[in-house]
Amino acid sequence: MKLWKTILTAAGLILAAGTSAFAARTDLVIGIPLEPPHLDPTAGAAAAIDEVLYANVFEGLTRIGPNGEVLPDLADSWTISDDGKAYTFKLHTGVKFHDGTDFNADDVKFSLDRARADNSVNAQKGLFAAIDTVEVVDPTTVKIALKNPQSSFLYNMGWGDAVIVAPETADTNKEKPVGTGPFKFQSWAKGSSITLIKSDTYWGAPVALDKAEFRIVTDAAAAVPALLSGDVQAFPFFDPDSVAQIQGDPRFKVVIGATEGETILSMNNKKSPFDKLQVRQAISFALDRKAIIDGASAGLGVPIGSHMSPATKAYVDLTGLYPHNVDKARELLKEAGLESGFKATLKLPPPSYARLGGEIIASQLRDIGIDLEIVPVEWAQWLDQVFTKKDYDLTIVSHTEPNDIDIYSRKDYYFNYDNPTFDKIIADLNLTSDEAKRMTLLGEAQKILADDAVVGFLYELPKAGVWDAKLEGFWENAPIQANDLTKVKWTE
Amino acid sequence: MTAYLLKRLAIALITLVLASMVVFAVLEIIPGDPARLMLGMNASADQVDLLRNQMGLNAPLASRYLHWAGGLLSLDFGRSYTYSVPVIDLVRERVVVSLPLALIALALSTIIAIPVGLFSAGRHGRAGDTIAMGAAQLGVAVPNFWFALMLIYLFAVWLRLVPAGGFPGWSAGVWPALKSLFLPAIALALPQAAILARVTRSALIEVLNEDYIRTARAKGLPYRAVLWRHALRNAMIPVLTILGLQFAFLLAGTIIIENVFYLPGLGRLVFQAITQRDLIVVESVVMLLVAAVIAVNLLVDLSYAVVDPRLRSRQ
Amino acid sequence: MTLRFDIPEENFADILAKAFTNRSFLAGFVITALVAVIAIVSFFWTPFDVTRLIIADKTQAPSPAHWFGTDHFGRDILSMIMVGARNSIAVALVAVGIGMGIGVPLGAFAAARGGIVDEAVMRLNDLVFAFPALLSAIMITAIFGPGALNAIIAIGIFNIPVFARVARAGALAIWPREFILAARAAGKGKTLITLEHVLPNIVTLLLVQGTIQFALGILAEAGLSYVGLGTQPPMPSWGRMLFDAQTRMVAAPWMAIFPGMAIVVTVLGLNLLGDGIADILDPKSRRQR
Repeated sequence: MKLWKTILTAAGLILAAGTSAFAARTDLVIGIPLEPPHLDPTAGAAAAIDEVLYANVFEGLTRIGPNGEVLPDLADSWTISDDGKAYTFKLHTGVKFHDGTDFNADDVKFSLDRARADNSVNAQKGLFAAIDTVEVVDPTTVKIALKNPQSSFLYNMGWGDAVIVAPETADTNKEKPVGTGPFKFQSWAKGSSITLIKSDTYWGAPVALDKAEFRIVTDAAAAVPALLSGDVQAFPFFDPDSVAQIQGDPRFKVVIGATEGETILSMNNKKSPFDKLQVRQAISFALDRKAIIDGASAGLGVPIGSHMSPATKAYVDLTGLYPHNVDKARELLKEAGLESGFKATLKLPPPSYARLGGEIIASQLRDIGIDLEIVPVEWAQWLDQVFTKKDYDLTIVSHTEPNDIDIYSRKDYYFNYDNPTFDKIIADLNLTSDEAKRMTLLGEAQKILADDAVVGFLYELPKAGVWDAKLEGFWENAPIQANDLTKVKWTE
Repeated sequence: MTAYLLKRLAIALITLVLASMVVFAVLEIIPGDPARLMLGMNASADQVDLLRNQMGLNAPLASRYLHWAGGLLSLDFGRSYTYSVPVIDLVRERVVVSLPLALIALALSTIIAIPVGLFSAGRHGRAGDTIAMGAAQLGVAVPNFWFALMLIYLFAVWLRLVPAGGFPGWSAGVWPALKSLFLPAIALALPQAAILARVTRSALIEVLNEDYIRTARAKGLPYRAVLWRHALRNAMIPVLTILGLQFAFLLAGTIIIENVFYLPGLGRLVFQAITQRDLIVVESVVMLLVAAVIAVNLLVDLSYAVVDPRLRSRQ
Repeated sequence: MTLRFDIPEENFADILAKAFTNRSFLAGFVITALVAVIAIVSFFWTPFDVTRLIIADKTQAPSPAHWFGTDHFGRDILSMIMVGARNSIAVALVAVGIGMGIGVPLGAFAAARGGIVDEAVMRLNDLVFAFPALLSAIMITAIFGPGALNAIIAIGIFNIPVFARVARAGALAIWPREFILAARAAGKGKTLITLEHVLPNIVTLLLVQGTIQFALGILAEAGLSYVGLGTQPPMPSWGRMLFDAQTRMVAAPWMAIFPGMAIVVTVLGLNLLGDGIADILDPKSRRQR
């Protein structure tokens, strides 16, 4: 084996001749799993846009920190009126956009008004729904009046969809993004990579990297060799299923963190037989979460019993409500009059957690007589058939948006779940700013969802970050889908 | 000859028009709404409709076909929904990967196949021939994507001689760019070389059985000399035909290899565009590839006619 | 490459004798038969149950218990290859069936009628040929959804023009022959002549093309499944196994190596078989020996 390697190496020397030694370590190649459709965070839902630009090129009034906390960003400080309806932001001075123009309060008013306008195609328009008026007090002061108090307002302003853009460049950001962040956009080789370089005019603490290239590696199979061969030095969002390939290799650091992704087996609550509580409970009892996590996410996820991340303060552990119990599941099916089982379809979107998890769940439900047909779908079909038309029995998806338990109260949401008691709690929650009261309400909400077995709650999606052992400063967790490079540096 | 040429040209044009209708019709029934995909799960139905209007998706079918097909005629391929840039720009960026890759693979395949074919034909029926043709049979049987996986782990991961994938762009220099095309080209070339070697061998053997070769040999010319001087030249026609077909195949058929090596080529552009429902890109690029195949077929047909006048008269 | 065939003039025993001395045919026959037997055996017996996932046993290296190791769900790879053989054979066989069932009548019809009909059929062929096969198969599966059935249809469509061409070329060579002229003189119609005289004489030609397309079908199914558009779980398929293996090459290379070898061996066997049949029945190669 050794000899062969020597011979082959010699034979390949001619190829290696062109390889230069590692340059000064201020450049970095980061692998991202999906290519952004364009580069304007305010005009698209694709997480890939934020993964490249959030906190690097674009900044908002506030920003979300590594652990989901709200931090000041372009707004240096703020005051909130006593009734909770008026926010006055004091802005940083000396901030410049990458095209050289100055940033001031007019840009804030422009960005927010643009995002909530009638013809806006902002994918998260709901974030701005509470805003009544945006008023420029002076060039460094902005006053925002809300229609009603909103406890999540500062958090909302930290989303990628709420970043501040300049009026002159807003329409061209899709191709040539111009922001206020520590990196400016350099080039985009479509289908291949997006390159950012350090901005010399940055107002904040200078960054360590001179150049960051986001390499698009769509295929999970290509990610491992890309990392092992040194082509790509970091995959902040690595497919957990592939972690076993890297673990134990001292050249790399594998960091497992938490996401806000509640991975669930969604059930169509209005479609027979899933409209029967016993059937949904039977399925919940039939699920063996440990096997699912081991098989679909390399054993890395944290089991959940309701729709709440175990990393949050409001979390209530309800995983004990439906332990893996095949006999109990069969009994419940019998009560529902379906002791001989039934057939259903399981539509699976592309991510590996869904495709692998689906195979395991299909095998587990077969044990209680439910025969699932696996239908793999692309995201386009999933959004169309499952999410919009609600033409499905079961599906697996990870709901990665933070604090999104309210989706169960939305009319016409794809779960087809309708429970006035739950809706009331969410309505109360939106009007409550007292922390203790909020926690109680959130706890009740989780309990109701678990009791109703609205969906099969599986696990919190892990964030597997893999990078060169000599790198530091990446986020461990993923409170939002982003690759904040402001603290990333090579240690040698 | 002119009449024949014109007829072939007319047929090629009709095929193109029919193909454009097939492509357009097929993509009409593909499920999934590009506007919904761009806006995601939190957007309202009104917002999706607004975007559909902006993208021109709400116009009637026939007018959209004519608009698109008319654009193709004036080399206007439309604008990508997802990238919002002209499709022709995307194609230009991708062709500089796909075309060199196809050419390198073709060159590799020729360099391997012709000598092997000659060698085998020269030893027709003997052990050397059997071994070479056995190897060729094996080459045809290996799925190129599987071969590519093995190459990656040997040369990129284990020996670290070449990149495991990706394309640095020609701006990064000719050598790094060529290096990143090396493994994919080998993976593509192997099965092609195996087929080409077999064709070369059988074409040579066929020529060797012709009367004039027998005459040449009867005159006392040594076998190898006959093989090189007379047979090879005459056997080139079927070989060139296969090469033409392989080139057309390589231009469009590299899609899996492009995925394995995450190369930004034409095949992957279409593959991505299908999943993103960027229909205009799919339509236009598929039409370009179809046009390329038709052009190559036309050339092959014409070269047949030049070589064999009988074909002309029968048509 | 044009294959020229005449009706073998020698009797069955001669052909059989030739078959037993043709190395290509013998090797191809043995391999193909072996694969077929493995596929049949898998209906009755496999070392392990491939429908049961035992996550605790995942990605085990080859051992006396699991000769080829286990996959990411703890299934026995050898058993999966055995069951997968069924799937590969079924997909490729039905795709060849579609190609023959539609292509051969089309080609024979075109040859019998000639003129405008011939022209129309051949132009239709050109149209299908003009589409890059794999890309189009991907488009078809994207529209109708991934799955074995749609993979069969996608592969089958591209077999149609192949068989139409071969059948037409073969039939065109038969039509000017004396026995056909005799049949026409006897007042038989073109359809009857095609059925009674033309088709039996191009069967060997179709058989050879059939083996080639069969082998290509196995490769195509593997390719489609490899990009996730072919056979879907829980049905094991060789291409699907490679799809699952591609993300685990470092930790579990056996998941990629063995299914890949199964494909190589099967395709090799079929190609050798096709070559062998062509050799045995081709009078030209007889002349050379």
